Amino acid sequence: MIYDSGCIACPHCDVIYRFTAEEMVTRTRCVRCGYQLTLGKSEAITRVVGLALTSTILMGIVLFAPFLYLDAGPFDSSASVVDVVLGFATGIMAPLAFAVLVFIILVPLARSVLLIYALAPLLAGYGNAAGAQSALRWAFQLKPWAMAEIFMVGVAVALVKLAGIATVDTGAAFWAFVLLVIVNTLQDTFMCRNTLWTSLATNTA
Amino acid sequence: MDIPGHQHSLTTARDAGMVACTSCGIVARPDVASCPRCHARMQSRNDGSIQRVLAWLIAGLIVYVPANMYPMLRTTQMFKSQDSTIVGGVVDLIHHHAYAIAAIVFVASVVIPVGKFIVIAYLAVLLSRPHNKDPHKLHILHSAVEFIGRWSMIDVFVVAILVALVQFDVLASIKPGLAAACFALSVVFTMLSAQAFDPRLIWDFTDEGTAQ
Repeated sequence: MIYDSGCIACPHCDVIYRFTAEEMVTRTRCVRCGYQLTLGKSEAITRVVGLALTSTILMGIVLFAPFLYLDAGPFDSSASVVDVVLGFATGIMAPLAFAVLVFIILVPLARSVLLIYALAPLLAGYGNAAGAQSALRWAFQLKPWAMAEIFMVGVAVALVKLAGIATVDTGAAFWAFVLLVIVNTLQDTFMCRNTLWTSLATNTA
Repeated sequence: MDIPGHQHSLTTARDAGMVACTSCGIVARPDVASCPRCHARMQSRNDGSIQRVLAWLIAGLIVYVPANMYPMLRTTQMFKSQDSTIVGGVVDLIHHHAYAIAAIVFVASVVIPVGKFIVIAYLAVLLSRPHNKDPHKLHILHSAVEFIGRWSMIDVFVVAILVALVQFDVLASIKPGLAAACFALSVVFTMLSAQAFDPRLIWDFTDEGTAQ
């Protein structure tokens, strides 16, 4: 046997633990460094897939609906999230536009799609999709690069900066984005590494 | 400190002659190159981790200089242009009496990046030789840097939103400055620096200490 499925190691300090089946479904922390080893959430996979689907649909609304309206006397404009990204897309600023696109749209969307791809077959009773392991691993690895919530704080700061010169109204995409941030935060609280990896490894369908 | 003697009962994967996967947590024989469960690359300790940390840190420091010198934003109103740097933007907010927002931008764009440079450099230098610091405190420092680093992106997003919204030709327009790109790069490089860190190194010296 190449590995012991009853053992897990703390990724932060390397201490190994042998948990019983009952302990695996509770919340456990590393005794030495405090890292959360298991989150102990029931129905974690159903919830992660459900929230990932919600998040994908919300992202569709975010992309195509207006995000903010600006009204400054005779001039008004509206900007969708795509406009925000394209605002940079000229000359030497193009790489920055691409980075903003990646952090606020592509990475959050990719995480949802990867999670659905890796975990939905488990719910439907099918065998693992090809490359499901890589998909799940990337969904975890991309987490720090999904910056939707940081973008929302940026929006708040921008609104204050504009308060003196114009009236700003929020569009449908703004509220969809707020929901998206909440859904993604909720989703992360269900993403127990141990539960998801064990389920994927023991799927024999 | 923890309960005396408690740490003696803890076994690390390396003590057990095994190698742990940092991606999925499985413990495997040391002869496997990639994790049998999640296919991630497996190493008992990330060789050259400190060197990668320092390389990304230096890259981050280099681009942080122009990020503070060049303008973040160029605001044009009635044919008059005004450039504002990162710190200038904070000062503007204070003039508008938006103190809370000014504090958020100042913390995200100045306090966090500078604090991150100091903490990462401190950890990298400290862990490349024997030390007698409390590993629990070092671990908190590392976790804090990894958690908080991404929030520095706020100012870049502010620039993106302002540029997209304020486009009324000659009357009023906002264009991004070179500093926006430099600052974004600096945040990305320091995030990579913090991620290159193998936190298991923090605890290794303690292991040797208790073994003796």
